[in-house]
Amino acid sequence: MNLMMLLEMAAGGFGDRVAFGPADGGLTVGELYKRAGAAAAHFRQTDVEHVAMVDVTSIALPISLFGAAWAGLPFVPVNYRLPDEELHSLLDRVAPAVAVVEPSAGSRAVGREGITVLLRPDFLEQVVSSLGSEADWVMDGEETAVLLFTSGTTGEPKAAVLRHRHLVSYILGSVEFMGAGEDEAALVSVPPYHVAGIAAILSNVYAGRRVVHLPTFEPGAWVGLVRSESVTSAMVVPTMLTRIVDYLAAEEPDGPGLPTLRSLSYGGGKMPQPTIERALELFPTTRFVNAYGLTETSSTVALLGPDEHREAVTATDSAIRRRLSSVGRPLPTVEVSIRDDGTELPPGRPGEIWVRGDQVSGEYRGLAARLTEEGWFPTHDGGWLDDDGYLFVTGRIDDVIVKGGQNISPADIEEVLLGHPAVADTAAIGLPDEQWGERIVAVVVLHAGAAATSEDLKEVVRAELRSNRTPDHVAFVDELPYSETGKLLRRVLRDDLAHLGDGSTPRAGDSERQ
Amino acid sequence: MAQLKPGSRWTSSVCDTEVIVVKGPPDEVELTCGGVAMVAAGEEPAAGALDDGASEGTLLGKRYVDDGDTMEVLCTKPGTGSLGADGASLQLKEAKPLPASD
Repeated sequence: MNLMMLLEMAAGGFGDRVAFGPADGGLTVGELYKRAGAAAAHFRQTDVEHVAMVDVTSIALPISLFGAAWAGLPFVPVNYRLPDEELHSLLDRVAPAVAVVEPSAGSRAVGREGITVLLRPDFLEQVVSSLGSEADWVMDGEETAVLLFTSGTTGEPKAAVLRHRHLVSYILGSVEFMGAGEDEAALVSVPPYHVAGIAAILSNVYAGRRVVHLPTFEPGAWVGLVRSESVTSAMVVPTMLTRIVDYLAAEEPDGPGLPTLRSLSYGGGKMPQPTIERALELFPTTRFVNAYGLTETSSTVALLGPDEHREAVTATDSAIRRRLSSVGRPLPTVEVSIRDDGTELPPGRPGEIWVRGDQVSGEYRGLAARLTEEGWFPTHDGGWLDDDGYLFVTGRIDDVIVKGGQNISPADIEEVLLGHPAVADTAAIGLPDEQWGERIVAVVVLHAGAAATSEDLKEVVRAELRSNRTPDHVAFVDELPYSETGKLLRRVLRDDLAHLGDGSTPRAGDSERQ
Repeated sequence: MAQLKPGSRWTSSVCDTEVIVVKGPPDEVELTCGGVAMVAAGEEPAAGALDDGASEGTLLGKRYVDDGDTMEVLCTKPGTGSLGADGASLQLKEAKPLPASD
């Protein structure tokens, strides 16, 4: 198995379809295949061990991803917005490497030992040449296809290893070859260094769906592209959807909506329920998909499909309505198990989410494999399954608040607070407390012009949940810190609000947390 | 007869067909195309001629399964022969598409 097998099949089956760019004048699948061969020849000429990319998403991404696969070199997309020091330390870890670099970032990578800088325009020019390669990629599947640096909260980022067999298994298990109609187009606005950015290339090429890239997300530009390119499907992270919904409500209260958008998938973090409910109203004919996955699992492992969304939002049965905040059911090729210290728990009981399947890597460069002997990957995400197998993700286990020996899931408190009409966004965190171990601090962003007091919000939680989950303190802020790909940065919050703790034993020393 | 390991590739001895094993059966089987044994990718084709009774052809990107659903192969290159295992023909598998998620 090799990523190139997917592209070769696509080129053989529908080489004339446009793979990337505008319907008129974009890059066809057949041209992509040729350019990947030219890129492979070029990569081989420079004697390197990796192909890095320090760039926003562009046409250079699929060409270098497939070119690297062809040449047998791991592809390493790096966050181009990292400060110099961090960028250099990541590049040093993959040297000797050729790095395809955004022109304005070029100087930042120049001069690193073992890094051959290839500015994007030069690279794109080179791969148009007649230079080609024999179809000589390695098919055994064990080679590393992609290395992705995970956004670790402390210490050095870990390099997640995705081998060809993981990614190809994911595509074969979840995408139908040429399953897309010729008029379909997907709008991709996640960056190359996010697993969904890589998966989007592979799944859309294999399905025969044209990809339109939005290099830097901005809601107005996103809406504009959906219209100008007649986009039929898109993937967004929760913060993007919130901004799109806010934008449409503010700019086009009686606008035409997005009638071409047949399908909208979201994932990469917890979606606030009010956002998804508003989106379902704003896009009445769009089919919504909630996908849950991790870098280490080659993207999606579970999803909540379109019919399940509509069924949940109109349900009177609270158990079914609640599924709107679930991530649906596992893919047919993936198993999910909820564990407590390795022991499987029955439905309804929260524990750690474990996943197993051919697409699951759970491997980091230079570290012992995280998979158990039976092939399970403990995700470090907390969650539970309902009686019908719907998976609810409650967040990173490390984010669980431990107060007075009780494990408290921040998600429970956040869900209740988001139900309050004045609350736009919120995060519950634990801060050190001499007496209780941790105290609960609810960090709240209010809607513009809305008002609520600390006491109001504490009372809402007290009424819905048990009193031990009532926030000890409510902190009002203008906005919460998110990463570029929509992940709430809880550690930043804990650091910023450290003064609300009492300075006792820091979290890292908490012996109750594994 | 051979053990069909998931991920292994097999080529037809009598046409252009190539398949990759998605799900391997528990026991060894003889995988055929056009009525003649398929060989592991890169190996010399087996002797024989395309059997008219197995000449409906294979379709690129389609999956083929046996009656008991114990094995599944994916056609990575199409050809004129049709697929079989231990003398029984493999059937085109109905697609159950998942909604696009990335």
